[in-house]
Amino acid sequence: MAINLNALTIATAHDCLKHGDFSVTELAESYLKEIEEKNKDIHAYLEVFGDVLEQAKEADKLFEAGKTTALTGTPFAIKDNILIKGRRAGAASKILEGYHATYDATVIKKLKAQGAVFLGRANMDEFAMGSSTENSAYGVTKNPHDETRVAGGSSGGSAAAVAAGMALAALGSDTGGSIRQPASFCGIVGMKPTYGAVSRSGLIAMGSSLDQIGPLAKTVEDAEIIFNAIRGRDPLDSTSIELETKRSTLNAKRFVVGVPRHFLAGDGIDKEVLANFDESLKKLEKAGVEIREVKLPNIQYALACYYIIMPAEVSSNLARFDGVKYGLRAEGADLLDVYKQTRGQGFGREARRRIIIGTYVLSAGYYDSYYGRAVALRGLIEKDFKEVFASGVHAIATPTTPSPAFKIGEKSNAPLSMYLADIFTVTANIAGIPALSVPSGFSEAGGKKLPLGIQFTATAGQEQALFDIGKKFETIK
Amino acid sequence: MLEIKDIEKLAELARLEIPDGEKETLLEEADSILGFVGEIQKLTPPEPAKETRIIRNVFREDKEPHLSGEYTEALLAEVPETEDGYIRVKKIL
Repeated sequence: MAINLNALTIATAHDCLKHGDFSVTELAESYLKEIEEKNKDIHAYLEVFGDVLEQAKEADKLFEAGKTTALTGTPFAIKDNILIKGRRAGAASKILEGYHATYDATVIKKLKAQGAVFLGRANMDEFAMGSSTENSAYGVTKNPHDETRVAGGSSGGSAAAVAAGMALAALGSDTGGSIRQPASFCGIVGMKPTYGAVSRSGLIAMGSSLDQIGPLAKTVEDAEIIFNAIRGRDPLDSTSIELETKRSTLNAKRFVVGVPRHFLAGDGIDKEVLANFDESLKKLEKAGVEIREVKLPNIQYALACYYIIMPAEVSSNLARFDGVKYGLRAEGADLLDVYKQTRGQGFGREARRRIIIGTYVLSAGYYDSYYGRAVALRGLIEKDFKEVFASGVHAIATPTTPSPAFKIGEKSNAPLSMYLADIFTVTANIAGIPALSVPSGFSEAGGKKLPLGIQFTATAGQEQALFDIGKKFETIK
Repeated sequence: MLEIKDIEKLAELARLEIPDGEKETLLEEADSILGFVGEIQKLTPPEPAKETRIIRNVFREDKEPHLSGEYTEALLAEVPETEDGYIRVKKIL
């Protein structure tokens, strides 16, 4: 039978599987067919796994035995920086050419335990560095809504796979917006959890004080199902925490959304994006949500702060790629030369750029004025957010991105202008708080409709507030 | 403002070979990025109160080790060059 993949969500697919409307194998076959048709144009997947149908058969057995959970049989795209034992993993970098993961990431273990199906490895910017997947060593992922435009990044493959109906859901990682920005560009839901909420064991590290794994999905409910499946403290990630389950905010007398107007005044923000954002706020207000102007006095420094702290951590995390332990090894005169040649040939331009910047901001004489100051500022930004949330605001709203998806090649030679695409998303990583991007409409360009997104940010551990307001927003738009 | 020799020094520190033709562009890009992030230097942040966060031991107890050699084969299979169960590298001295 032909399955209507467009209408499918994790929850509805689960019901259909349970009722025997179709089997996991049939569902997986439908996705493989979509991938076969579309992936050559979109390039969301770097690899489609050869054993998808075997995985699906195992999941079918769970349905036959009546031993299913919410994600049994759900077909996932997995970002190429998340390890699945025995499979290739490369963070879309040449330096990991030929590398096979020797263990499962904790999030993968959790999904496997539920009987989820992994369709393939999703394309990304090399080592998750970028906002467009143009930094992938294996070619750019195109936006399913307009193939002349980027899908966003760094989890662009994950977002495009879900948006184009080539996966029901996906996992991505978010260091400064890498889940939310591509989700917004592709018209789907993307969520970055509270720092520590999801274990990063088995995630190829980029910025360790910022990285989080999270879901990309078609609905807020789907994102919530995935988040609840992958969260939790893990002895293999010392920064992971068990979130206290906070109560739903829906019973609050009135849900309060804070808007930092002063942060939206810059001229780098598209008029259409702002108009769409204001319209979204009006709809929320009509639906009984209180919109309150809030002040985040240091937020304008968040992006600069991010582009110091992140490369500093990158330069340290990427030191492990030396041609000795795994992946590529280039020839050299002596060991030092092997390191230099391997790293020089294996890392792409953006990775090299960030390693150099990171090395600079950490070097003697510059440490205090760059890294030290950025860390101090980070503390201030964190405090600003805490104060706003303590004043009774449940979530802060901004557009997810300052513009809709840009053209392929438009920013690829202008790193700084690419960095500015992260202006609204980095704040959540800097402050360690959860954030959710939900589709909010479209902007028109050249006869194509380009998706826009609204971002909600909550206080640490209050993912539930995001799901509450996100679902509410979905129903009123 | 950075100079080419600064880029070379940083590349040396980072164990990174940068092709000659790319140093100029990298210099320009690094300058513009540092110019942008340097804006935080205009701000004199009040010294943030040194909060003591919750301190806990994040290391596991040193017991119940896995079997010796349990993962050796799988890990060595990923190493570019091995010899008799060792990782082979170029001479250091």
